[in-house]
Amino acid sequence: MDGHPSTHPSMDTWVTSTFCEYSCYEHWCTVSKFEVKCLINLFYNLVGEVTERQGMIIGLDRNAFRNILHMTFGMTDDMIMDRVFRGFDKDNDGCISVTEWVYGLSVFLRGTLEEKMKYCFEVFDLNGDSFISKEEMFHMLKNSLLKQPSEEDPDEGIKDLVEITLKKMSQSEFEAQVFKDPNEFNEV
Amino acid sequence: MGVALTRSAQWTAAGHGAKTLEVTPLNEAIVKEIIMFVESFIYKYPQEANYVFVEPLEWKTNLDPSAFGSGYAVSGTTVKSEEVDKNGEPLLYLSVPQIKIRSFGQLSRMLYIAKNMKLKEAQACIEDDDSESEIKMKIALQLKQLDLHLLNHSLKHISLEIRLNPGTVKNDIELLKQFSGKGKQTVLESIEYTSDYEFSNGCRAPPWRQIKGEICYVLVKPHDAETLCVTCSKEGVFLNGGKTDDEGQINYERKGEIYKDLVTLLKEKSAIFSENMSKQEIKFSEQPQKDQPNEAPKEEVAITHKASVTSRKSTQEKNRINLGRSQLTKRLEPSLNWRTSVSSKESRNTLRDTQVEKHGGKLEKSRSSVSPGRAQLIRKSVEKIEEIISDSSSESEEDEEQPDHRQEANADLPSEYWQIQKLVKYLKGGNQTATVIALCSMKDFNLAQETCQLAIRDVGGLEVLINLLETDEVKCKIGSLKILKEISHNPQIRRNIVDLGGLPVMVNILDSPHKSLKCLAAETIANVAKFRRARRVVRRHGGITKLVALLDCGKHSGEPAQSSLYETRDVEVARCGALALWSCSKSYANKEAIRKAGGIPLLARLLKTSHENMLIPVVGTLQECASEENYRAAIKAERIIENLVKNLNSENEQLQEHCAMAIYQCAEDEETRDLVRLHGGLKPLASLLNNTDNKERLAAVTGAIWKCSISKENVTKFREYKAIETLVGLLTDQPEEVLVNVVGALGECCQEHENRVIIRRCGGIQPLVNLLVGINQALLVNVTKAVGACAVEPESMMIIDRLDGVRLLWSLLKNPHPDVKASAAWALCPCIQNAKDAGEMVRSFVGGLELVVNLLKSDNKEVLASVCAVITNIAKDQENLAVITDHGVVPLLSKLANTNNDKLRRHLAETISRCCMWGRNRVAFGEHKAVAPLVRYLKSNDTNVHRATAQALYQLSEDADNCVTMHENGAVKLLLDMVGSPDEELQEAAAGCISNIRRLALAIEKARYS
Repeated sequence: MDGHPSTHPSMDTWVTSTFCEYSCYEHWCTVSKFEVKCLINLFYNLVGEVTERQGMIIGLDRNAFRNILHMTFGMTDDMIMDRVFRGFDKDNDGCISVTEWVYGLSVFLRGTLEEKMKYCFEVFDLNGDSFISKEEMFHMLKNSLLKQPSEEDPDEGIKDLVEITLKKMSQSEFEAQVFKDPNEFNEV
Repeated sequence: MGVALTRSAQWTAAGHGAKTLEVTPLNEAIVKEIIMFVESFIYKYPQEANYVFVEPLEWKTNLDPSAFGSGYAVSGTTVKSEEVDKNGEPLLYLSVPQIKIRSFGQLSRMLYIAKNMKLKEAQACIEDDDSESEIKMKIALQLKQLDLHLLNHSLKHISLEIRLNPGTVKNDIELLKQFSGKGKQTVLESIEYTSDYEFSNGCRAPPWRQIKGEICYVLVKPHDAETLCVTCSKEGVFLNGGKTDDEGQINYERKGEIYKDLVTLLKEKSAIFSENMSKQEIKFSEQPQKDQPNEAPKEEVAITHKASVTSRKSTQEKNRINLGRSQLTKRLEPSLNWRTSVSSKESRNTLRDTQVEKHGGKLEKSRSSVSPGRAQLIRKSVEKIEEIISDSSSESEEDEEQPDHRQEANADLPSEYWQIQKLVKYLKGGNQTATVIALCSMKDFNLAQETCQLAIRDVGGLEVLINLLETDEVKCKIGSLKILKEISHNPQIRRNIVDLGGLPVMVNILDSPHKSLKCLAAETIANVAKFRRARRVVRRHGGITKLVALLDCGKHSGEPAQSSLYETRDVEVARCGALALWSCSKSYANKEAIRKAGGIPLLARLLKTSHENMLIPVVGTLQECASEENYRAAIKAERIIENLVKNLNSENEQLQEHCAMAIYQCAEDEETRDLVRLHGGLKPLASLLNNTDNKERLAAVTGAIWKCSISKENVTKFREYKAIETLVGLLTDQPEEVLVNVVGALGECCQEHENRVIIRRCGGIQPLVNLLVGINQALLVNVTKAVGACAVEPESMMIIDRLDGVRLLWSLLKNPHPDVKASAAWALCPCIQNAKDAGEMVRSFVGGLELVVNLLKSDNKEVLASVCAVITNIAKDQENLAVITDHGVVPLLSKLANTNNDKLRRHLAETISRCCMWGRNRVAFGEHKAVAPLVRYLKSNDTNVHRATAQALYQLSEDADNCVTMHENGAVKLLLDMVGSPDEELQEAAAGCISNIRRLALAIEKARYS
């Protein structure tokens, strides 16, 4: 990895140290210092000349990030890409800073299953109410089925898929409370 | 509007209560659409517009009463429409801000009045759509669904009704024609159409009758009834009024019950038909049902019903065929002994050959219209021949074509069926996410259950699953393979997977860098490759090499303590590879391919691991392959025996079984037997004998003991471990596979005096003699051998005689199989030798002597040698010798004289010398030219042959003419050499013979000079 080894030396060390502190605090010592450095380098590579402008927050904006997701990770679903961006953008400033970048990718690369699941949950929980509702699931799967001309109700299949998924999720005991459908929850 | 509004419209808050529509483009579009519909309603459907709602639509409006004009009575804050219903209630009633509307007409007018505020009004109306109306809407929807459901249901029922069509009828008749004719074996005397003309739709009935659904009329003459005139119609088959004599017209009137098809009708009408039909069905193999699919393109009528009818029919036929065949093989092959399977294979071979010929003939007849289906058929039959050639001897019954019992069409389909159908639909039309969800959900079904397996197939899921394997999406492939792995436990599914070309794809996946993918693919191949055609496909597509390459992954698995996560995965890959190889190794050609791909050293290395899961497939593969000579040599060279012996001590029964099996296969070789002993394998084998619950393992263990006990040292060891006593205990209440091996082992042990005593003391002779009445050929060979070995002991002989064992042995001489005959004859020798009053005993068997003499006409050298030995013993009794001479033993023996087989030569010579003792047999042998060939025996390398021959020649030389013949053939020089032999008997006989020849010469000289 070449790139900008000396562009922001002070920044780098700052991020590295804070991140390592942070990660120790959160019990993720899985990302090594070296890996963090590499991620930081990658970040500046991607941000490129945008950083050169003064007075702007250094980071990837929504479009740039979506571009990366599309080109590098082959994601195609608009909705998911948007949600992934939100997942990365912890402070909701519409821009992914270097800390957010490293934090996000560390989950992707070295996160435990639980961390990854938590991340996924956040992606799917559109309104952030700590529940994945049928409606949210429906939005996510809206485009997943080819429309069959013979079909009377094109949404029927998707509805069904939502049911299957939610059933499956509540079967897997993990975070049972969280995954519960709010409607069911109300009924209880 | 319920569905659209609940699903598509975007509400601000989920759940019940006061909800409002969000201001979004989608919602706007929906509302606009509604407005357009309502506005135009009054023009389009004026009558319906006047229909009065039961409940008014009610909402809070922003409309000003003043906006209402003509047709409305406005008074302050209220507006009433002039239009009223039957009870005089106005259809529109506005009392600011509440508005109630009770018909579409008023609704339209209201919107017209509202003008710019239309949108708001409509939205308000929709939002206020209260819960009561919601429930009503739901009920309406439910009713609609019920209606649809009923419709589907009735459709299903209609489609289940079996209806005939010209194609099936024609097939039936053609088929019956093939089996009709004179003679008792045929099913019918004749079957003919009444009309030769066939319409383009396949019917033969005149058009005015076709309207009534009649297809054709057939004249059937069964063996045991009058000619029947039968109408075949779409509804079924029934007897009609018959041909009227004068004009040859048919009386179309129905005269009997309607049957579902021709065969059923005839079975009802003719007893001989149904009897012979069941016989024929066994014979005519799969041909008819294979033909049927080919007719498909010709049919234009009732195609929908055809599928179910043909599949059911073919199912029935196939079932019967299979039944017949399995009976056939059962009779020939009751045990898993490999030698018997050859004969059943041959019979199968001929069966298939005839079938292939039929297909071939068909091709030539109809070359102009070779449909793709037919071409495929021919290709398949060619493949079959090939497969038969490469067929392995160790293939077992499970490979047989399984009956393809599709779900009976009228059986109630379980709920899983519909659920799976839905999932397959999502698989077909979904993106990756939907596919993965559907796969996961499908995996949650109980895939071990046959209904689910068949449901997946019947709704076309297999095609999709196999298709998924060709995508780049790893998740989808994994999911698909996981399902395929489970459902391929079903034999029918296996066949379908192969037919759909699933194997080559899986073989390609073996190259994937994903280890879990490799594993799953290999495991699925292991399941699918349980029958010949599949194994061949795997080999053809280079699967064997790739599978062998998988074995290489477990390189570092020697030290399980250090194995990391990656290494455990490697081990898993190797295990799956071994599993697949195990399945594949049941075909001969695959065994070769595994060897050529360098599989043996890899297997040997994997054998050093301690993972049971790994060891079972590895040992299983080795055990399969050990049937080949090449492998046995390699197994010895790779020092595999040591590890096999080690694993005999494992806890796992399956592993023990396969190890024992492998030893059984390999221990044909003497060095291997010694290796087993040196590595201490005999003790675990002996101790495994005590556990008799697992019959398969017991069979393998006893087999290994049998083969090992061919070596004397091993027998001594077994005696030390008290294995012989245990073996005797196993002579009763065991399956034949076990018995064959137990008796074989005892037969080997009996070669030693001490062991014979043990067997007698343990009461082993009685069960052995009891086994002589069996029918299992392998078992008989071993039992006769064991009984014969016991008979060497005079005390044992007494017991055998008392149990009538000699008579049983004697009757086995009539057994059709030469191995049994020979073995029985060998066993008879010691019996006759050691029996008291042997001569009397032999004479007591009515027709026994004639039987023995006639066996000299056999072609089998072993039988001949053994029978000669028996005759030698019989001939010790003068009276019996006289009898066999009368039966013409001399010419028969003389005819055998020209042979190169030393064993036969020896026994033949012994017999001849015995038989010379009676009457003018010596001269007779000379007359039948037996002497000259005998002289040539002296040139053999076998001392036993020399001794027997010299004795025979000594006896024959009592006759002057024979002496001349011997002299002419240069016997003297050869005999002179024999005189110098260390064998005293040989010396004596040779010297005696020379002295006879010499004496004759002297006598001649004396006569000449005196």
